[in-house]
Amino acid sequence: MQDILTKKIFDVDEVRKDFPILSREVDGKPLVYFDNAATSQKPQSVINAISDYYSNYNANIHRGVYSISIKASEAYENAKIKVKEFINASSEREIIFTRGTTEAINLITYSYGLENVNEGDEIIISEMEHHANIVPWQVLCEKKKAALKVIPVNDSGELLIDEYKKLLSDKTKIVAIGHISNSLGTINPVKEIIRLAKEKSKDIAVVVDGAQAIHHTKVDVKDIGADFYVFSSHKMYGPMGIGVLYGRSELLEAMPPYQTGGDMISTVSFKGTTYNDIPMKFEAGTPNVEGAVGLTAAIDYINCIGFEAIHKQETELLEYATAQLNEINGLRIIGTAKKKTGVISFVVEGLNALDIGIMLDTNGVAVRTGQHCTEPLMDRFGVPGTVRASFAFYNTKEEIDIFVDALKKAIEILK
Amino acid sequence: MDKKIEEIEEEIVDEFSFFESWQDKYEYIIELGKKLKGYPEDKQTGEYKVKGCQSSVWLVTDEADGRITFKADSDSTIVKGLIALLIRVLNNRTPDEILNAKLDFIGKTGLQQHLAQTRANGLAAMIKQMKMYALAYKAKQQI
Repeated sequence: MQDILTKKIFDVDEVRKDFPILSREVDGKPLVYFDNAATSQKPQSVINAISDYYSNYNANIHRGVYSISIKASEAYENAKIKVKEFINASSEREIIFTRGTTEAINLITYSYGLENVNEGDEIIISEMEHHANIVPWQVLCEKKKAALKVIPVNDSGELLIDEYKKLLSDKTKIVAIGHISNSLGTINPVKEIIRLAKEKSKDIAVVVDGAQAIHHTKVDVKDIGADFYVFSSHKMYGPMGIGVLYGRSELLEAMPPYQTGGDMISTVSFKGTTYNDIPMKFEAGTPNVEGAVGLTAAIDYINCIGFEAIHKQETELLEYATAQLNEINGLRIIGTAKKKTGVISFVVEGLNALDIGIMLDTNGVAVRTGQHCTEPLMDRFGVPGTVRASFAFYNTKEEIDIFVDALKKAIEILK
Repeated sequence: MDKKIEEIEEEIVDEFSFFESWQDKYEYIIELGKKLKGYPEDKQTGEYKVKGCQSSVWLVTDEADGRITFKADSDSTIVKGLIALLIRVLNNRTPDEILNAKLDFIGKTGLQQHLAQTRANGLAAMIKQMKMYALAYKAKQQI
């Protein structure tokens, strides 16, 4: 831990040593992990924090009167403070731990949505949303006879803000938008999107899906003005199974619980039950303490590397890879927005994405193939699926060289 | 008389044992995929599609003298190569032979480990569909 906290100058070779998995081999070849948009790898400090929790103070939290339970409760509450500071929320009461981004969006639709959306109302999403930010809203619209409106994207994969302005109306109740596209890497102007919604009506709730943004860019929920901001720990070098729902306290206080049971109650009798205050009102049952402890370590790690260094390294990788891929005959990059993160989706004329993915794997290169849970977006670009390489700050130009060589070889074999 | 299912499976296992790396094994599968031809274009429709995740597979069958023949196509060359292997083993067999086929070659060649765990390639769906056809023909024969 100490060695990480004192690291000042970014050195990718040193940073890679923090991630034990990066030194493994696949079929005798070094692992080149380019599926970071699906999940990130974990630094030793995160692995150690989880191991330390189970080795030294595993206990159920809240109401335990003995020392290890008190320590575990402190660690859990400390994680909320850590997240609050990380995203600049007003209070740790605004931080709710969920299973991940998907559960956070479902919580909003079932709690805030069912309460505030009615027949004839409208919800705005975009064409580039992940299924997790489409389907829950679709279900809500069906239940409430509301309408789902979709902001289209241009050929570069950027949102058409003028079209969005036209969609905003007196009927709009919720705008739900991804901060960064998982398939294209496009960085959406969320601050502007929120400002436009609030100019229309301050009662429009804006939900930002930050799953692909939280580890790439400094998120300040107060600065962008989000009502809700959601993300998953596992994309930000933390463990799987825990995510965050940030909500403005006024909204959370007015919302009914999503799930009920232990920990979320104040008093229970057979005549009736009163609920706990936020955030516990939304955290029924034993929470994921291990996840919270791991997430704390992940945030410490990110803070230590710093977003400046992360951004610089990822931008260099993106530019280097884009230039090399553009040299390959018949290869088309899907998603060429002016502002994008280290995600490159592409198709190769006449070739199937799955075939390319399998052949890259035989060279130790891990990429994702298919629709990336964004079927409507694939339809928009007229492709059945893409190969997606997504980078993290611990990736290197040498790895991109291996990837490009393997890709050229795969194309030759498959053609 | 034709070779038994197990004999053909054994041949395939032998062929795969010549290749040292997975890259070579896949190159072989790709070659088989490129050679698999003859699927009727007008039958590339939803009716004949096998449900997969990342690739489309179409499968048609025919029956003569109590034996079933298969024709298949896919937009993935590797998947086509896998179908070619399945067809080589299961083509021109009786419904019972197809239903009872254990298809051990998938495990013995290592393809099981490499492919069957992921739903992406639809290998399991293909085998299921071939067996479903066999079951349907068997039911028809018994009427």
